[in-house]
Amino acid sequence: MEKRVTFKGWLLPLCLIAPQVVISAIFFFYPAGQAIWQSLFIPDPFGLSMQYVGLGNFEFLLSDPYYRASFLTTAIFSTLVTLVSMVPALFLAVVADRLIKGAGTYRTLLIWPYAVAPAIAGVLWLFMFNTRVGVVSWYLGNLGYDWNHVLNDTEAMGLVVVASAWGRISYNFLFFFAALQAVPKSVIEAAAIDGARFWRRFWTIVLPLLSPTTFFLLVVNIVYAFFETFGVIHTITSGGPQQATTILVYKVFSDGFVGQDLGSSAAQSVILLVVVGALTVFQFKFIERRVHY
Amino acid sequence: MTEAVKDPPPGMVERRGAGLWVSHAIMMFGVLIVFFPIWLAFVASTVTQPEITNPPMPLWPGDQFLVNYGKALGSGVNVPVATMLVNSMIMAIGIAVGKIVISLLSAFAIVYFRFPGKMVFFWLIFLTLMLPVEVRIVPTYEVIAGFGMLNSYGGLILPLIASATATFLFRQFYMTVPDELAEAARVDGASPMRFFIDVLFPMSRTNIAALFVILFIYGWNQYLWPLLITTDPSMNTIVMGIKQMFPSGDDIADWPVIMATSILAMIPPVIVVISMQKLFVRGLVDSEK
Repeated sequence: MEKRVTFKGWLLPLCLIAPQVVISAIFFFYPAGQAIWQSLFIPDPFGLSMQYVGLGNFEFLLSDPYYRASFLTTAIFSTLVTLVSMVPALFLAVVADRLIKGAGTYRTLLIWPYAVAPAIAGVLWLFMFNTRVGVVSWYLGNLGYDWNHVLNDTEAMGLVVVASAWGRISYNFLFFFAALQAVPKSVIEAAAIDGARFWRRFWTIVLPLLSPTTFFLLVVNIVYAFFETFGVIHTITSGGPQQATTILVYKVFSDGFVGQDLGSSAAQSVILLVVVGALTVFQFKFIERRVHY
Repeated sequence: MTEAVKDPPPGMVERRGAGLWVSHAIMMFGVLIVFFPIWLAFVASTVTQPEITNPPMPLWPGDQFLVNYGKALGSGVNVPVATMLVNSMIMAIGIAVGKIVISLLSAFAIVYFRFPGKMVFFWLIFLTLMLPVEVRIVPTYEVIAGFGMLNSYGGLILPLIASATATFLFRQFYMTVPDELAEAARVDGASPMRFFIDVLFPMSRTNIAALFVILFIYGWNQYLWPLLITTDPSMNTIVMGIKQMFPSGDDIADWPVIMATSILAMIPPVIVVISMQKLFVRGLVDSEK
């Protein structure tokens, strides 16, 4: 926790730590406390007073079909984003790992989309699939498929999933590639001498050795899909059609800022807070384990 | 990036011949697929509006590059994109520098001092690891509004530097610094701040640079927060400003200008990532540990 050798004095360290503590207090603890406090009240229709309702907001939310639907939507969305971003990344990393030359060049090229903001990624994919001018939707139309993510739930979900997963392919590729490079060559060669072919080596040796990286990326990608994809949803579908792509974070925004339902929005924040807490604990536990791997 | 070793002794399991070409073909195909959205945006930013609104649009750049980018930078739709670029730059650098400075100092205090309430402060900071700004938007917005900080750089930057990731990184790094250095400084009668400035800070340079890359991109790519607190178009950042460029009704969007803006919005983070690739990969792997 601290050095064996420490400096004396208590005023200096308090001054050093003060900026972070003050900023955290004003912009983190106070708002988080407010969220918890507000979640216990409902404002009257004119916003003049607040009425204490205890856990009423939570009871209402948990029995609200729209909120439950949003939970389900989030679960489907984050599972798909995680799969669509990890499977191609692993595949590309495995192929790149077999190259003697040029793997670095491919890495440089593949890293690009990571730098693209989710909201910009949303605009790019919206442009390709735009019902009026989109290139992909036009060619799909020529093939006889009438693409319309503005009306079709499944297509809207597909589009936000792909747009969200796109930049994460780069991220996951970097981690898988680094992990693959760290797999000892001697193990692979020993298996090859024993006659194990590529796929057998992959399933029985490489993939198990990659499992720490894979679990880590699973958690990180789920957290990403939960909390950092707001920009994609907002630019492409705004949660529609009929809430088909309203994930939990989007609902906090739309209920709180668009719908002005502060009590419910605050209660949703608190529920998300619990979700983040659980994911963080899970991640830390897992990382503890990884150290002893 | 070029490989350091030109021809390593090939292991016995590497593919060569036809299999090698198949691998290259797969990689190129993968790169093409991943790049296609960016390529299409670039093409769209170099053609005229009618070329886009009468699909299919061309797949090869046109000759309107200067016209579209000039229009975007000079006038934009609501506000010149040049203004939004400046705002984004200030926000991204402000977040990166602010977070690095406060966490260098607080990690120094936590690792190198014993003082009353230290553990309380440590856990208070630790808790901030857990809550992304998306989750506490309504109350944080009220705080900023209460301070009269809507439409200000302070309002854009301050709430986003309240997070502990950087503090933990520096704490971990300081723990690996040999005790002898601090001991020697103390024996020589150097003050703690002198030790920090002359020894610790220079040693942290690589970590600072790696963290700067990560935080710059984090700040640049922010969307929801600037969307809420910059109601004045002249304070818009480029990433959130693009959505504002779409017309609300049935009008057709000015695609060439919007796509030129998208390209402009991704250039700074892409330059940072590509030029500092090694540092970036290292920072990424470290900060997620």
